[in-house]
Amino acid sequence: MSELEAFRAEIRAWLDTNCPPEMRAPVQDEDDICWGGRHVVFKNEAQKVWLERCVAKGYTVPDWPCAYGGAGMSPAQAKIWREELARIGARLPLSSFGIWMLGPALLKFGTEEQKVHYLTQIARGEIRWCQGYSEPGSGSDLVSLQTFGEDRGDHWVVNGQKIWTSYADKADWIFCLVRTDKANKYQGISFLLFDMTTPGVTTKPIKLISGASPFCETFFDNVVVPKSQIVGALNRGWDVAKYLLGHEREMISGAGGGDRLNAIGAVVHRHGGIDNPVLRAELALFDVDALAYAAMGEKFLDEVKVGKAHPAQPNMMKYVGTELNKRRHELLMAAGGSTALEWDSAETRGGAAPRNWLRTKANSIEGGTSEVMLNVIAKRILDLPGG
Amino acid sequence: MPLYHTEDQAMLAETVTGFIGDEGAIKTQLRRLRDAADPAGYDPALWKQFAELGLTGICIAEADGGLGLGHVEAGIVLREIGRNLTPSPFLSTAVIGATALGAASDDVKGRYLPGIIAGETVLALALDEGAKHRPERIALKAERAGNGFRLTGRKDFVVHGATADALIVAARTSGADSDADGITLFAVPRDAAGIGHNAVRLVDSAMASHVTFDGVEVDGGAVIGDVGGGRALLEKVLAAGRIGTAAELTGVGSGAFALTTDYLKTRKQFGKLIGEFQALQHRAAHLYSELEIADAAVIKAQQLLDAGSAKADVMVSVAKAKASLAANLAVREGVQMHGGVGMTDEFDIGLYMKRDRALAEFLGDAAYHADRVATLSGY
Repeated sequence: MSELEAFRAEIRAWLDTNCPPEMRAPVQDEDDICWGGRHVVFKNEAQKVWLERCVAKGYTVPDWPCAYGGAGMSPAQAKIWREELARIGARLPLSSFGIWMLGPALLKFGTEEQKVHYLTQIARGEIRWCQGYSEPGSGSDLVSLQTFGEDRGDHWVVNGQKIWTSYADKADWIFCLVRTDKANKYQGISFLLFDMTTPGVTTKPIKLISGASPFCETFFDNVVVPKSQIVGALNRGWDVAKYLLGHEREMISGAGGGDRLNAIGAVVHRHGGIDNPVLRAELALFDVDALAYAAMGEKFLDEVKVGKAHPAQPNMMKYVGTELNKRRHELLMAAGGSTALEWDSAETRGGAAPRNWLRTKANSIEGGTSEVMLNVIAKRILDLPGG
Repeated sequence: MPLYHTEDQAMLAETVTGFIGDEGAIKTQLRRLRDAADPAGYDPALWKQFAELGLTGICIAEADGGLGLGHVEAGIVLREIGRNLTPSPFLSTAVIGATALGAASDDVKGRYLPGIIAGETVLALALDEGAKHRPERIALKAERAGNGFRLTGRKDFVVHGATADALIVAARTSGADSDADGITLFAVPRDAAGIGHNAVRLVDSAMASHVTFDGVEVDGGAVIGDVGGGRALLEKVLAAGRIGTAAELTGVGSGAFALTTDYLKTRKQFGKLIGEFQALQHRAAHLYSELEIADAAVIKAQQLLDAGSAKADVMVSVAKAKASLAANLAVREGVQMHGGVGMTDEFDIGLYMKRDRALAEFLGDAAYHADRVATLSGY
């Protein structure tokens, strides 16, 4: 037995004993996802136990170093871990912007002290993070952001407003882009971390077309941030942000997998059938694209591991993945007919289909619009001319 | 298995890219043969050169004197053939023919494989009956006659049929036209008594035959595999041919795309390079994405086939459909973005459009394969 095979056997045995049966079912509702944090409310005992057991082994962040709360898995081992989770249909023990976004940025740009402090908190699910990027006047043109941190010696005083801050009302801390030099557009932004309970921080949820309010407006009124809470160098926060946006695009594109990338024709067929040849054809063409994109996701991850992927390739993954997901939900709505119109009936799990459908419309806006992705591909990958 | 080439495969790709880029270039092969109205539509001397590099034996087992490599390696060659629009019997002979003959008796292998390995023999697939690919229905009859069989019927879209040494013929030895069982494959000499060829030039300048079989008598040694149980072998041959065609299509798409992005960087209008216009940048970036994804689908299907995976079947159809759609977008956008010169014979982009059309049709178009994905998925 090769080392990796032995590792797989070990993981399989551990999951067999430690993954509660309730955690081996697809995520149906928002509260099936465990986000951790100071105010975590577990849906049930199984969710709590599953998190605790994974934390103890470093499995919430399997490929982070053990010193920071991870399990120190190699890329190949982490892939096995994901495959074994998928094999039994297990949910992630912990979902968090700390794991997906801040963590990778800290691993690359953080000081040793910051890594030990923040990464272990993230790994244990103790602190729930949100991301302060967009502002009312700075969406696609993010670098024009105006939230300002005034230098007061050993701290900054931050004033301004962020928007589209995911789960800001539930988050404990924020990683935030703040202008620290008004004279320099790109090299005048710093990447700051601060507690959401700091005096002067307020949040206001935004009600969306789906009826949900996952995003907030976040206001900063003379918020004091100690100088130790900067990631990377002063005024070089844009480098951190760009690096992190790459990760966000991978996450949104779903390059890491997930059933939302699967073919859907067979699912629609099982739930009520397909009685129209035009719909069947559309589903078939969708499935071709979805299965091809799944192969692309696999190829992309394989290439990332050995440094073969173009650095701007996540933009392509994000563009295609999000457009595909929107198309998927258009088809699910079409297949669902009038049932998929029901907004809050118990039979439709509270209008899951139309709410999810509406949610997906944000996929190609958040984290860089499709149009921005195409700009980046044109310039950075195709090297097309012009500013 | 990671979805990129191994070191050996990368080395093969380097060799093949240089060789086909030089010897198989559009000007020296496709245009020369086309302008001379060459009756074969490919250059036997180039086929011999393929053999000297060992390429003709890629899909032939080592025990039979070949290289014993797989679909990934065959795809490396086909992608370069596609990029250069090289007229070549590689797909019909070294991929489709060799895969079929892999199941043949030593006697039948001995008739053809050494010639393929030496670059002297060419094979053609005689499968389609009618203008659309529909291998579920095979009507050409093979009746027992003496020690062998008598073949009656017709075949269409037999690429290289009139110049090939032999045809791989899918025939019905029993049952009704649409039965899965009752199929037998034969290797029939091109000039067997009773065979008639109506050779036609296709839009991409390749030659294909409408072949009639008027009581063509073949000996029992012409049979490949089991009599009446040829459906599984036919599926295997089709999978090889389809993934090979898909690989060639990714080459066509990538060749057309390279011409087009070059043109966007050199052509000026309104005082600007046209590649500066966002309307064109976005379409080029979208096209890039589609071509990348087609590449991924193709290598995934190649690896699954080489590994003998049960998942290969659906993925081959995904790859053929996706490669067809992506390459088709590449040639359509290519001609449009070239503007008026895209309509001229002088520019190569139109040649890519023609080859794309022929390959899209070969062994099932995107509609056929999307339908097949649906059927295999149970809906």
